[in-house]
Amino acid sequence: MSNELEYLSHRVAAGRLNRRDFLGRAAALGVTATVANSMIASAVMAAGPVKGGTLKAGLQGGESTNVLDPALDLSQVNFNFSKCWGELLVDTNPDGSIDYHIAESIGSNKDATVWTMKIRKGIEFHDGKPVTSADVVATLERHSDAKSKSAALGILQGIKAMKADGDEVVVTLKDANADFPYLMADYHLVIQPNGGKDNPNAGISAGPYKVTVNEPGVRYGGEKFKNYWQGDKLGHADQIEIIVINDATARTAALQSGQVQMINRVEPKIVDLVKRISGVTIRTVSGRGFYPFNMFCDTAPFDNNDLRMALKLAMDRQEMLEKILRGYGAVGNDFPINEAYPLFTPLEQRKFDPDKAGEYYKKSGHSGSILLRTSDVAFPGAVDAAALYQQSCAKAGIKIDIKREPGDGYWSEVWNKKPFSESYWGGRATQDQMYSTAYVSSADWNDTRWKRPEFDKMVVAARGELDQDKRKKMYADMGMMMRDQGGLIVPFFNQYIDATGKNVQGWVNNPAAEMCNGYALSLCWVAA
Amino acid sequence: MGAPLLKLVGKRIGLSIGLLFAVSVLIFVGTQILPGDVAQSILGQAATPEAVANLRAQLGLNDPAYVRYFHWLFGLLTGNLGTALSNGLPIGPAIAERLKNTLFLAFWAAAVSIPLSIILGLIAVRHKNGFIDKLISASTLAAISLPDFFIGYLLIYFVAVKLGWFTSVSTVYDGMPFLSRMVAIALPALTLTLVVLAQMMRMTRAAILNVMQSAYVETAELKGLSRSEIIWRHAFPNAVAPIINVVMLNLAYLVVGVVVIEVIFVYPGMGQYLVDHVAKRDVPVVQDCGLIFAAVYIGLNMLADIFSILSNPRLRHPK
Repeated sequence: MSNELEYLSHRVAAGRLNRRDFLGRAAALGVTATVANSMIASAVMAAGPVKGGTLKAGLQGGESTNVLDPALDLSQVNFNFSKCWGELLVDTNPDGSIDYHIAESIGSNKDATVWTMKIRKGIEFHDGKPVTSADVVATLERHSDAKSKSAALGILQGIKAMKADGDEVVVTLKDANADFPYLMADYHLVIQPNGGKDNPNAGISAGPYKVTVNEPGVRYGGEKFKNYWQGDKLGHADQIEIIVINDATARTAALQSGQVQMINRVEPKIVDLVKRISGVTIRTVSGRGFYPFNMFCDTAPFDNNDLRMALKLAMDRQEMLEKILRGYGAVGNDFPINEAYPLFTPLEQRKFDPDKAGEYYKKSGHSGSILLRTSDVAFPGAVDAAALYQQSCAKAGIKIDIKREPGDGYWSEVWNKKPFSESYWGGRATQDQMYSTAYVSSADWNDTRWKRPEFDKMVVAARGELDQDKRKKMYADMGMMMRDQGGLIVPFFNQYIDATGKNVQGWVNNPAAEMCNGYALSLCWVAA
Repeated sequence: MGAPLLKLVGKRIGLSIGLLFAVSVLIFVGTQILPGDVAQSILGQAATPEAVANLRAQLGLNDPAYVRYFHWLFGLLTGNLGTALSNGLPIGPAIAERLKNTLFLAFWAAAVSIPLSIILGLIAVRHKNGFIDKLISASTLAAISLPDFFIGYLLIYFVAVKLGWFTSVSTVYDGMPFLSRMVAIALPALTLTLVVLAQMMRMTRAAILNVMQSAYVETAELKGLSRSEIIWRHAFPNAVAPIINVVMLNLAYLVVGVVVIEVIFVYPGMGQYLVDHVAKRDVPVVQDCGLIFAAVYIGLNMLADIFSILSNPRLRHPK
């Protein structure tokens, strides 16, 4: 059978070529209508998900210290595995809208202080018990316990009271929050029987796969959960396996030799090489993560906005993007939001301008060098980025000294402690979450010491605003304020770069996180 | 075996145990002066100060150091390795699993490399300065000159990716059939073999050549024995002490020094386990692993000493 015909039949199946045209071309190639028709049928079959078998992922970001408790998930492997076995109330769709899972609908009162979640009927846990509103309340209680070690503790602090009411869960907030559904999409909030209070590490929830193998830092396995509430929509393979491969070269080799069908974290510097491997597809998606240079707005010399402006103008964002991320990202604009967020308004792009930077620098009255702290762990390429920045600052007559700090203890001793350092942020689901996590006066992680009462007021006002147009305008104003006065230099937003092996289909990019927001193993299949 | 010999061996064992205690103190002190905070490291960048304070109290990090040292030592002596701070699981079973894997890999790497290096050494002596000798020396020295991870990558690229003979992911697990386990460890074992081969082979060659200078070898030659027979029956037994020493050192390396190999072949051994816990400031696990590594090292060196004593008539019958 000719390759051309086969190709064309797939085009028909994909809806890109109409049937009549296909039959005409087939006749021209000397194929009878019957054969041609059957080809379309088989191509359509092939276009659907292939069921069964084992799908394997080789992932970076797993340690032997990990546990299954979703409250403690911090690294990629746990994140991805919890999306296989765990089920959330809601998640986010690729377009940023809410995807309803255990919660069938979420609604609020007029001022967005009382939220009601309707719990979907007929969802079953892996142990056979039904998912009830009591389980949901217990889960939220466990994560919002003051003694809890949950990484979701911060986002649940705004809850005043909650109660189960029949098949509904009613949550009362201390302050209005229009983004409440997005808070519930946090990946730590996996609904467990009795909230996981009995055994948080049991690995029991209502996701498409049941946990069969749990070897921290080595591998994880799951088998298809027969009574999964979405049936065949997710979870095409009978078994899934995650192999922890922290070494980038080993990960690529495993994909290349077909031992795994997908990998995460392809380093920007080798993407072009990986692309050339036959059968391998690179999957990039612009996310909300960015790599900032943080200045403390309340510490000399960075308490001077002219100096901050000089340092912002001396950043050659385009060069940074090309040399550090090899183009796999987008230039930043000195505020923490990009187009991957809902309600985003593009602001005028700040450009590299050494002359203007020099002027601002003179105006600031600062003399002598400025110490920038960096480390390999700040973000991939952080040390090189510091050196590049040193060069571009020199063009503006600003002298930067670089201090390379050990990766051990960087997050406890340098980040959020020293006045000028590099860091990374993974981004949050909404603008409000990002701003309230790191840019309001009271935030523990205010890593730029951006303490402006008027800004705090804007954050609270925008949070409670249900009129989307007004809200969008408010966020644009906040972004502008950060961009021109804040302590944040954002050279670039990074992309998630994953790769899949031969004939892997079903991949859906999602800006929320890598690996289709963690659902890659449930979404994908290997076509014959 | 005479009394003086027993005394010599006894002294060696006593010294080793004393050394092990000294090492335990060093390890404990060393882990105390690591920078950073356990609670902070466990919770990561995304930790709130309240969560950190709660965790510190829960982990008992507010007790004085000497109390924690004796608590730990007493636990070890009674077979209780304690609980990992990072995940709250008992350390004993986790380490046992990892140690088993490490020993499995080390055993097969040693089972190939030790006989091979000694045989190659003997062949090199038999053909001293000839083509075969030079070929053996050149190839083993070339292998040891490359860093171990580079040999690993070369093998992954050619043997696993291009030829597809073995897997590059050497994950092994409980209940894996023996044959698939052997296939899985083929490449890391081969890498380790290449890394340790040269030193043992060169030492065998040098030690035997040294003995070959002695008068009794000349006598044997004059007696009309063949060169192979002289090497095997007269030279090798007298050259065994230095060979044992270098073999033991390499065995110790195979157990305690292979973390890089474990990482690139994704092998679940002790090294990776230790590194993960160091990164999380999981002090009890680091201490336990450190002590196990020290015990392996000291134990193998002790064995080397004892075998040297036993194989050397002069030490067996001191005047």
